[in-house]
Amino acid sequence: MSFSVTEPSKRAKWFAGVLVVGYAIITLVPLLWIIATGFKSPTDSIAYPPVVVFEPTLEGYVNLFTERTRATSQMLETAGPPTTWYEEIARNRGTVISGPSRYGERFLNSVIIGFGSTALCMILGTAAAYAFSRFRVPLKDDLLFFILSTRMMPPIAVAIPIFLMFRNLGLNDTHLGMILLYTAVNLSLSVWLLKGFIDEIPVEYEEAALIDGYTRFQAFYKVVLPQAATGIASTAIFCLIFAWNEYAFAVLLTSGTAQTAPPFIPTIIGTSGKDWPAVAAGATIFLVPVMVFTILLRKHLLRGITFGAVRK
Amino acid sequence: MKNSPIDKAAAATPDGVARRIRGLSDRTIAWIFVAPTIFLLLAVNIFPLIWTIRLSFTNFRVNRPNNDVEWVGLRNYQRILSDPDIWDTMQATAHFLIWTILLQVLIGFTLAYLINKKFKGNDMWTTIIVFPMMLSPAVVGNFWTFLYQPQIGLFNYVVAFFTGADPASFSMIGDVHLAPWAIVIADTWMWTPFVMLICLAGLRSIPDSIYEAAECDRASKWRQFWTITIPMALPFVMLAVLFRGIENFKMFDLVVQLTGGGPGNTTTLTSIDLKREAFEKWRTGYSSAYAVILFVTVFGLASIYVKALNKVKER
Repeated sequence: MSFSVTEPSKRAKWFAGVLVVGYAIITLVPLLWIIATGFKSPTDSIAYPPVVVFEPTLEGYVNLFTERTRATSQMLETAGPPTTWYEEIARNRGTVISGPSRYGERFLNSVIIGFGSTALCMILGTAAAYAFSRFRVPLKDDLLFFILSTRMMPPIAVAIPIFLMFRNLGLNDTHLGMILLYTAVNLSLSVWLLKGFIDEIPVEYEEAALIDGYTRFQAFYKVVLPQAATGIASTAIFCLIFAWNEYAFAVLLTSGTAQTAPPFIPTIIGTSGKDWPAVAAGATIFLVPVMVFTILLRKHLLRGITFGAVRK
Repeated sequence: MKNSPIDKAAAATPDGVARRIRGLSDRTIAWIFVAPTIFLLLAVNIFPLIWTIRLSFTNFRVNRPNNDVEWVGLRNYQRILSDPDIWDTMQATAHFLIWTILLQVLIGFTLAYLINKKFKGNDMWTTIIVFPMMLSPAVVGNFWTFLYQPQIGLFNYVVAFFTGADPASFSMIGDVHLAPWAIVIADTWMWTPFVMLICLAGLRSIPDSIYEAAECDRASKWRQFWTITIPMALPFVMLAVLFRGIENFKMFDLVVQLTGGGPGNTTTLTSIDLKREAFEKWRTGYSSAYAVILFVTVFGLASIYVKALNKVKER
C-alpha cells in the first residue's frame, strides 16, 4: 500500500469504526424491537423488565389478520377441533376466528395506490424529463427552487382545497383519486431526478440513431430508455416509498374503500387494551419491504433525498 | 402561447438536430411529452393554491355548504395574527425546529466525519444507519408511543437503567415538560441519517490535494479541520439544514401519532393546529388564511436562506 498523508491512520480508522458501529446498533434497537414485539405473546410484550429472550409465537400475526370473538366452552364443543394452525392459536386464547380483519385490504390498497401512482408518475415523468433534457429549457437554475417550493406547503394546507375538489369530482376515498394525488405530488421530484439521469446520457447516441433512420419516438424508447434504466428504477423506488409512507393525505381523504395502511395501523386495538404484538406485526410487514428497497437504492439514495441537489 | 418556455425550447434546438427529425416536429413532441405533466401539476399543485388564497378572504365553512359565503377581506388574517394560541403553536414549532436541527447537524456531521475515515465495512454500516429515515413516519411515531410507555416501555427502561430512576415515575408523552423532548428525540432518531448522508457527500467532495498541501505547510490536524474541512463542507451542511427546516416546519405525521399535539397544547405544531382548524372545527376560510400565512413564512425564510447559501457557495 502506498503511503499517503491523507490516509487516516489505522488507529483513527479503528476508533471511527467502533463509534459508527456503536451508533448503528443503538439506532437499530427500536427497529429490532418492533420486529421482536411482533413475535411476542401479549403478556411478554408488556412485561417488566422488558424481555429480550422469549418464546416466539405467531399470535400477533394471527390477531392482525383476523377478527375474533370470545367463545364459550359450549361453542367450542360444537365447533369441533381446530382445523388450522391459526385457529388453534385463537382457541388457546378462548376465542374463535370470526373472519378476516381489515389489515389485508388496507395493505392491498397501499400496494395498488403505491404501484399505480409510481407507474403513472414514471410514464409522465420520463416523457417530461426527456423533453426538458433534450430541448433546452430556460430558467434551469430556478427550477430546483420551484420544485422545493411545491413541497413547502404543509400537506394539510393543500389538503383543504383538494378535499373540496375531490368531493366535487367524486374522487374522495377512491383509488383513482389517491393515485392521481400521489402522482402529482411525486411528479416534480421525479421529473427533476430523471432529467438529471437523462442529462448524463450522451446526445450522440440519439443523433446516431436519428441518422440511422429512427424517428424521435424510436430514438427515445430504443436508445434513451434502456440507457436510463437504472435512473428510472431508482426514481421509481423513491416515488413508491413516498406513496407507501404517506400519511397526512391518506388520513384526511380516505376513510373506507381506499384507506392505506399508515392511517390504519395505529388504529389496531385489541380486546383488552392495545394489542401491541398485532400493531408490531402490522408495522413489520409494512416496514420491511422499505428496508429491502433501501438496500437496493443505496447508491442513489443521496440524489433522491436531496431532489438531485447533491450527486455522488 | 407563442412565448411559452416549450416554444422557446423548440426554437433553441439547433437546426442540425431539427432537420434530422422525421415525422413530428420537435415542438410537437415537446408538447406531447410535457403537456400531461404540466396539466397534472396545475390541477393538483397550482389550482388548489389559488383556491386556498381565494378561500382565505371568505368565511366559508365546508360543513355548512348552504350558508352564504361572505367576502370578509383581511379579517381572517387579522384574527390569526392577533391570536395568542397561534403564537403558542409557533413557539412549540420553533422549539422543535431549533433542537432537531441542532442535534441532527451535530450527530450527523460527526457520523459523516467518522465514516469518511473509510474504515472497513463503512458502506454497509452507512446503509444500516439510513434505515429509519426511509420508514413511514406515522407507523414509526405510533410505535414510539410504545417505547415511551411508563413502566413497560423500552425507552423508560433504558433511562431508568442508567439513571436509577423509577421507570414508572415519568411519562415522556404524558408530561408537559417532557413531551416536547419526546418528539425531538424521535425525530432526531429518524432524520439524523439524512443530515449525515449530505455531510458525507460534502466531506467526500473535498479533494485530497488540499490536505496534502496543508500537510506540506505543516498545518496541524486541528487547524486543517477548521480551515479546510468545515468551510468546504459548510454549503452541504447548510443544504441539509434547509431540507430539515422545511420538512420539520410542516411536520405532521410523526408528531400527530406520537403525542397528538398533547398534553395540553405543548406539542401542537402548526400543522397539527391547522388540521384541527380545517378538519375538526371546519373553519375553512380561517384555516385557508392560516395555510397562506404558513406558506408565506416558509417561502420567505427559505428564499432568504437560499440567498445566503449561494453566497457561501460562491466564496
